[in-house]
Amino acid sequence: MNPNKNHFPEGDAFRRELNGRYRSATIGEVLFLSALLIAVISLTALLYNIVDGAFGYTAYEYKVDPSTITSKPLNELTQPELVEVLKANISKGAYNKLNNEQAMETRSQADLLSLVLERIIRIDTKAVWSLSDSLFHKTEIEAEVAEKYPDAKLEFRTWLTMNFITAPMSSRAEFAGARTAILGSLWLVGIAVLFALPIGVGAAVYLQEYAPKNLFTRIIQTNINNLAGVPSIVYGMLGLALFVRVLEPLTSGSIFGVTDSNGRTVFAAGLTMGVLVLPLIIINAQEAIKAVPDSLRQAAYGVGATRWQTIWHHVLPNSVAGILTGTILSISRAIGETAPLIVVGASTFITVDPDGLFSKFTALPIQIFNWTTRAQPEFHAIAASAIIVLMVLLLSLNATAILLRNRFQRRL
Amino acid sequence: MSTKNFRPFNLKKTIRPGETIIQSLLFVAGVLSIMITITLVYELGKEALLFFNNPDVTLAKFFGTTEWQPGIGKYGIWPLVTSTLITSFIAMLIALPLGLAAALYLSEYASPKVRSILKPILEILAGIPTVVYGFFALLFVTPILQSIMGKDNISVYNMLSAGLVMGIMILPLISSMSEDAFSAVPRPLREGAYAMGATKLETSLQVVLPAALSGIGAAVILGISRAIGETMIVAVAAGSGPNFTLNPFEAAETMTGNIARISGGDLSYGSIDYTSLFAIALMLFLVTLVLNLISQYVVQRFREQYE
Amino acid sequence: MENNVEPEYAIVTNDLSIHYGSYTAVKGVNVKVEKQKITAIIGPSGCGKSTLLRSFNRMNDFVPNCRVTGELLLQGQNLYSKDVDPVEARRRIGMVFQKPNPFPKSIYENIAWGARINGFKGNMDELVEQSLRGAALWEEVKDLLQKSAYELSGGQQQRLCIARTIAIQPEIILMDEPASALDPISTLRIEELMQELKKNYTIIIVTHNMQQAARASDYTAMMMIDDQRSGGVIEFDDTKKIFTRPKDKRTEDYVTGRFG
Repeated sequence: MNPNKNHFPEGDAFRRELNGRYRSATIGEVLFLSALLIAVISLTALLYNIVDGAFGYTAYEYKVDPSTITSKPLNELTQPELVEVLKANISKGAYNKLNNEQAMETRSQADLLSLVLERIIRIDTKAVWSLSDSLFHKTEIEAEVAEKYPDAKLEFRTWLTMNFITAPMSSRAEFAGARTAILGSLWLVGIAVLFALPIGVGAAVYLQEYAPKNLFTRIIQTNINNLAGVPSIVYGMLGLALFVRVLEPLTSGSIFGVTDSNGRTVFAAGLTMGVLVLPLIIINAQEAIKAVPDSLRQAAYGVGATRWQTIWHHVLPNSVAGILTGTILSISRAIGETAPLIVVGASTFITVDPDGLFSKFTALPIQIFNWTTRAQPEFHAIAASAIIVLMVLLLSLNATAILLRNRFQRRL
Repeated sequence: MSTKNFRPFNLKKTIRPGETIIQSLLFVAGVLSIMITITLVYELGKEALLFFNNPDVTLAKFFGTTEWQPGIGKYGIWPLVTSTLITSFIAMLIALPLGLAAALYLSEYASPKVRSILKPILEILAGIPTVVYGFFALLFVTPILQSIMGKDNISVYNMLSAGLVMGIMILPLISSMSEDAFSAVPRPLREGAYAMGATKLETSLQVVLPAALSGIGAAVILGISRAIGETMIVAVAAGSGPNFTLNPFEAAETMTGNIARISGGDLSYGSIDYTSLFAIALMLFLVTLVLNLISQYVVQRFREQYE
Repeated sequence: MENNVEPEYAIVTNDLSIHYGSYTAVKGVNVKVEKQKITAIIGPSGCGKSTLLRSFNRMNDFVPNCRVTGELLLQGQNLYSKDVDPVEARRRIGMVFQKPNPFPKSIYENIAWGARINGFKGNMDELVEQSLRGAALWEEVKDLLQKSAYELSGGQQQRLCIARTIAIQPEIILMDEPASALDPISTLRIEELMQELKKNYTIIIVTHNMQQAARASDYTAMMMIDDQRSGGVIEFDDTKKIFTRPKDKRTEDYVTGRFG
């Protein structure tokens, strides 16, 4: 009846083939899984690389021998003694400048000590080792230092310290801090959110609740999706042309009587970031509004509410958690963005904290970029420290978003 | 309150100024995104036009020569384009197979528990700022490449390292979009394959994968778009200075890298350096726009196919 | 069934039960499915017809925490014993699903694929033609073999699914409401096809269509749900008997339309 029957392998022959197929199936599964393992390994390597860079031995020499300045060991000097040392050893102008930033008498002993080290003794870092080298090759490091830098001190250094977070910038990696950059990032995010959140939610409400289903609405929607995919550096160019140059009178504050700045202000950069996150906020807010069940709207209309009353009293309160989650995720995107800030003119070196819309600024990722691209390894160490600060910031933002999302899901 | 009383009412339309004002404001917010795009195209186009209107710049030079140094009269775009293509190509070489394999594992093999552990790792990878990837490329991957290949064979700044790390960065995008595509493949299709005596691998590769092909295509296109537009990894690790080469072991600056380096320096408005950046940015914008549009179109068609 | 010659059975179940976690979906099934006959499984919605059918070729392996107890014997081998290979078992027991589910490939490839993965060595064109003829589809598609299977009508797609199943030359074909998504004319063609197929294959069909069971099947298993929401076969007999002189009152109510 069926002449083809013989062409199929039967019995043991089929079994042998089947075993071969099972072997390929196992190999396939292992290969697929290993792709994920590569992702895990990459992430691990990246985190390891960062932590590895932020701690470890350094060998350094003093450019000026401390004994020529004071008879006591440095860290035993009291606060007034340190002030005296500073007064005696740095120029009057520099002293006054420091005093103006923060009065000497109010500075802590540790703060003053690091000033003395930075300005007078001057640390000259000879070599920096990673954490893994420091842990596993301690004797080799000691031998190397004894041979190459006989005068140098070898010290295990934690580059990421409280001082690193609170100190302003310095041209010396050993004393540089991230405060200016952290504040800059916060200013940027603040401006971006104040700009993008109301507009973004407004646009989302319009598109979900008001917009008729026609070609124009479709164009708006497609346009928003596309804006979300525009490379961030192109937003930087938009910011440069529009906010820095065309709107300079506004972003430099000259129409408000501010005279000492050009358009490269935290305001211009914040607006650029705002434009960058706007499509993300709109899309996320749309999703949140979409999740509000229609029955709720119908119930509100049923008791005679107007459209806006329905939105304001029912739709928005029920989507606020989703909108906030989306906003936080947009913030974490913005806080890591570097390219557009370079383009709109973040300052690479600035010691003054941003104090208003029209100040110059730097940001955490900008400093990471600058420090990473420096040749000296001590700058790589502080770049790694700054990355840890940035990642902790991102992690806490995302944790907040997840908590919000969970609460949101339970409610609906 | 008596229900029997006749209370007159009026059903005529009332004008509610508050409602109208709010609706207008919301409309403005909705239309603002269009204004942004128009401004973007206008500003990029205006400055790019200034660049191309410069009597010194000709299309023949732009597309016909291989040195890019607008400040000293060299207008050949190719070195920036080739390095952009090479880094993107390397990135996709990494991201596509790994992303697909990861997506297949997550959608066809992983138990819910394994999935709940592995998936967040990809999400973390997706959330890492690109400047951090740049740090990783320059200070981790490059030294490893150098120790494998010898310092003489690969420079400190090279396209390979940047491309590899960019691949890791794009992997989560490819994997999550492909996973969406796989899970859109109807279950009965898999059951049909299993009922024919197919193994899981045969089902995954020969039935699910082909059925999800257009979704994967969309992911690839979006991945390429992301790679072309990526700035910080190449700015940190691929090298500064245009270099017309196809050798991934050499340093070469990409389009985005060039914008970042030149705009980070001292730049006077209207100079040829300034306008040249807008010419590059316009090219970037148009290329990524087209890629994104295609990707969106494909995803939409793909969704309709199974609805 | 009081024949002198013991009929040959394709499937024999002994106290077959199917559990999802702690819930028993199908309880204590004892049936003997005769070779080269059509056996229908009928019963109200949710009584576990499809679940039982899917256990016949281990499709329930893909359902998390699904467990099968009892025995399901094919040629004396228990399908659920540990040394049975589910992939080989499925090759021997083909399945046609409720909704046509052709692969997104050409008509030709839809049939060739299953044969190829199962190691078919021979003239593929011939096999494709034979299978399509066997599914009464050849005349309609012989000039469209390279076209996508999705271009066919629903009824044609379902016959294509039957064709690809017979291409791998199974012993038994399971059909899970194969005509429920089709129009009456397509349904009729499938039923005619089943009569043709039973010359070579044993067919088990789940249907919610009483007329279909009465028209098309030789034997009928009546399933019903008990008060623990577990389904079970309450009566299994000649189709004629089931529809004319059922033993169980519930069967009578159901086949005469007095149920639910």
